[in-house]
Amino acid sequence: MSALIAAEAAIFTIFVVAYLFYVGKSLSGPTPREVLSPPFFYTFCLLSSSLTIHFASRSLRRWNVRRFGAWWLLTITLGAIFLYGTASEWHRLIYRDGLTISTNLFGTTYYSLVGLHGFHVVVGLVCLSTVMVFTLFGAVKQEHAEQIDVLSLYWHFVDAVWIVVFTVVYVIGR
Amino acid sequence: MSTESIAWPTTTAASPSFVDHLHKWVTTVDHKRLGILYIVYALIFLVIGGVEATVMRIQLIRPHNNFVSPQVFNRMFTMHGTTMIFFVAMPILFGFANYLIPLMIGARDMAFPRLNAFGFWMTAFGGLLLYFSLIGANGLYGAGNAPDVGWFAYAPLTSQTFSVGHSTDFWTLALLVSGFGSISTAVNIVATVLCMRCPGMTLAKMPLFAWLNLVMAGLVILAVSPLTAAQIMLLLDRYLGAHFFDTQAGGSAVIWMHFFWIFGHPEVYVLVLPAFAFASEIIPVFSRKAIFGYPVMVGATVAIGFISMSVWAHHMFTVGMGANANTFFVLSTMAIAVPTGIKIFNWLATMWGGKIEFKTPMLFCIAFLFQFLIAGLTGVMMSAAPFDWQLGNSYFVVAHFHYVIVGGILFTLFAAFYYWFPKMSGKMYSEILGKLHFWLFLIGFHLTFDFMHVPGLLGMPRRIYTYEPGRGWDSWNLIVTIGVFFQAAGILVFLGNLLWSYYRGKDAGSDPWDAWTLEWSTNSPPPAYNFASIPVIKSRRPLWDLKHPDDPDWKYE
Amino acid sequence: MLQMRSSMSRFLAQTIGLLFWSAAAVWASEPKGSFPDGTNIFAPASTPAKSIFGLSLFVLAVTGAIFLVVFALLLYCVVKFRKRKNDDGREPPQVYGSNQVELAWTVIPVLIVVALFMATARVIADVQKAARPDNAIEVIAIGHQFWWEYRYPAFGVVTANELHVPVSDAHHPTPTFMKLLSADTDHSFWIPRLAGKTDLIPNHPNSMWIDPHETGIYLGQCAQYCGTQHAKMLLRVYVQSQDEFARWIQEQRQQATVGNAVSQGQRIFETTACINCHTVAGTVANGRFGPDLTHLMSRDTIAAGAAKNTPENLRQWILNPAAIKPGSLMPAMQLSDPELDALTTYLETLR
Repeated sequence: MSALIAAEAAIFTIFVVAYLFYVGKSLSGPTPREVLSPPFFYTFCLLSSSLTIHFASRSLRRWNVRRFGAWWLLTITLGAIFLYGTASEWHRLIYRDGLTISTNLFGTTYYSLVGLHGFHVVVGLVCLSTVMVFTLFGAVKQEHAEQIDVLSLYWHFVDAVWIVVFTVVYVIGR
Repeated sequence: MSTESIAWPTTTAASPSFVDHLHKWVTTVDHKRLGILYIVYALIFLVIGGVEATVMRIQLIRPHNNFVSPQVFNRMFTMHGTTMIFFVAMPILFGFANYLIPLMIGARDMAFPRLNAFGFWMTAFGGLLLYFSLIGANGLYGAGNAPDVGWFAYAPLTSQTFSVGHSTDFWTLALLVSGFGSISTAVNIVATVLCMRCPGMTLAKMPLFAWLNLVMAGLVILAVSPLTAAQIMLLLDRYLGAHFFDTQAGGSAVIWMHFFWIFGHPEVYVLVLPAFAFASEIIPVFSRKAIFGYPVMVGATVAIGFISMSVWAHHMFTVGMGANANTFFVLSTMAIAVPTGIKIFNWLATMWGGKIEFKTPMLFCIAFLFQFLIAGLTGVMMSAAPFDWQLGNSYFVVAHFHYVIVGGILFTLFAAFYYWFPKMSGKMYSEILGKLHFWLFLIGFHLTFDFMHVPGLLGMPRRIYTYEPGRGWDSWNLIVTIGVFFQAAGILVFLGNLLWSYYRGKDAGSDPWDAWTLEWSTNSPPPAYNFASIPVIKSRRPLWDLKHPDDPDWKYE
Repeated sequence: MLQMRSSMSRFLAQTIGLLFWSAAAVWASEPKGSFPDGTNIFAPASTPAKSIFGLSLFVLAVTGAIFLVVFALLLYCVVKFRKRKNDDGREPPQVYGSNQVELAWTVIPVLIVVALFMATARVIADVQKAARPDNAIEVIAIGHQFWWEYRYPAFGVVTANELHVPVSDAHHPTPTFMKLLSADTDHSFWIPRLAGKTDLIPNHPNSMWIDPHETGIYLGQCAQYCGTQHAKMLLRVYVQSQDEFARWIQEQRQQATVGNAVSQGQRIFETTACINCHTVAGTVANGRFGPDLTHLMSRDTIAAGAAKNTPENLRQWILNPAAIKPGSLMPAMQLSDPELDALTTYLETLR
């Protein structure tokens, strides 16, 4: 998983580099300052989900499958809220502000970077939900703690990437 | 209780039908089978890529030739480069890595057998996707089918404006798909080498083959990903109207070059490190000496891995990056020559004082040393940026990188084939045919690639489907083309040798070379489980210790 | 053969040998007409090319020396340490390494790298940071698929494919500084005898300079794959004396000589699609997509060097460009024979 994370990190790095390279270079169209407002609430949700997944993982290691299931469900919910936040922000950007991926360089780099991250959140949620289903069927037990840890590592990575994306897009880029 | 009264069910097990056989191979997760699948796949594409090269060379045999149209020629060099790098070199090296790493570290299989199969099939599918473009696409100006944008596909030539139709998309998708395969295999190699060594085999005691492939896998993980990112950006540009490389909207063509070469340069180290791995295993055995300077070899490898991530823009010296950037990349590129040179010296030192046997694998390795030396030196020439302003993008570069890839990597690959063929098939190859292959190919290689440097020095750029007479390029191009036919003959002898020996070769036994690493301790070919019991080792050459109990390696390491 | 008594003679011999070898390469082959040194990078005729040449000799000497040393070692190994026929079957002494040796062959290469790097950095600065004198000729070169556009902003001259520059005297240099732009894809300007190549990249202006020391015609071609006809995007640089250059500029600044009556050819030119792509100064034709034709007959070649500028070739080109340069962006004009004749006659008047 660490090796996979290294590979994914390299992919994200290139998109971040492209984003930073093109800051301020758009020839037209809405600028970040005009249309972006930092999504603090949704960020808080996503970052908290790292905490909740940590608790889930710890519960499972301590043989507490029910508590694990509860924390796990909370993680999924927080992740889903974050996705909703991204979706609503995109809706606003497209329909109110007229910013799409083809509008200008800002649009291109913004949607691709945030979209790539969102895609990884979706993949993560699919995996987490699958585990949720298995848990509900009683198939997840303490001996799976190590595998749960591997999956949590992925989820932590997704959150860490968001910290970078948030900084680059909403702080530096504006 | 008498056995006569019990009617044992008698079933004659039907010998496996062709479909059963095929099913076993298609669904296999055994690293040895997957290794062979990778290798056979790559050999098929080697022939196809070779045909593409031959077509180009015939077109260039004289100025203003009409063997193929410019459109076809442009498709040829694009497909030749893309095929050879992604669907010959990488698969064949992954194949050998897959086959040999578990055997050399005393494991029963790779860490993730199913991921292994996934990686192979992704790569295989990528290759088929690339060639499907011949049926399913249009090229520049809608005038063709296979991609014709060059293997590094510089923007904005690849935008929808200049590349109408789908051929560029096939190129992009094929590499994207096989890139996932490469990353999967690399992840597998890292996990296997780090987690599955047999007892006693610390990192400092594992064969150099494992070390070199470990660093190679790390490079794949860090380098193929930027290519993946760039391919995604290109697809977004072409289909969703993004502007990553759209110079009309303020985008940058140069940034594609950066992203591509951030992949492209480590990629060539991905290709060459396994070649070093082969040399590091074969030269000691045929010199009858341990590898000289094992810790330094490991250190040099790691250094090469790190430095290779910082030299990429030496492919861009003519792009106008500014004097300071150019100067930096001159320094980093020259720096990487140091650990690489150290490796050459260590191999020479291994041979020094030994008892060299000139079997076919060793012949190829000696040629490798000579040729890699020259290739490295022409690389140093081009690392001097102003010299590169003349030499870059000319036939000098083409000669240089073919010297590395064919003269370096392919030669060690041939050595590896001959060295491990007895292990993989259980049969010995024909030494006479092996030597014939060597000499034919050596002559052809030198005819083609030695003389190819000259047109570059005389001003001939690359990727041109024809050239003007009267520039002094004609005779050299003729000689270069003639060499191609010797190489083709050599390849035919090689393939013939493999096939003939597989069916008619003498039994090889488990250790025909009197070698020292773990793969030689098991049967030829190894059983599915590799080892009857997991070995426990004490030194870098476990079989040396067994064969020389009075003088084992662990006393001296 | 030469006797190598000292490393100095070896250096000299190598250098001379290399020069001879590359020169021989040029001379030994087929007839070259009026360009004896053609596109040989070892025959520099301008300061950037000369700086590069000097550096290249140094680099070749160093790498040549390294090659000889290592090759000698390899040869020695292969001969001295081969397994003899009367071998006793015992393994040779196993030597696992030597720190001193490793140190030696690390330190020496590092020193070589430092030397090479310093020499290289110097030449990079010489070429890329050269100050532009006030009397430099300024040219803007714009790369197109598959031809070259040249503009001399100070003189108000626009031309295509054949670049004219004044010769530069070592005591009173009149270099030509070029700004390199592109209208479409990546190209590269490479005249080996005058300078190293520099790319023309859209949205990324580059610059280079030349100061040719001798008059004559210098050849080259596009050196960055730009599409189907990359191979025939040829370059010709005409280095002229100061007087000839001034005269050429004067001629190029004239508008197209307009006759008393508009010829039939001119009428065809101006009423068909020609004017959408081509400019003829002083007429209604002001297209920018294709080469400026105002002084078409002052050039030796057409189609960026793909064909000699003769009436037959010109006619063939207009009839069907793909016959000369398949993949060129000029469409076949679908004109009848009489129309073609008239048009060619008109174009022949554009001196």
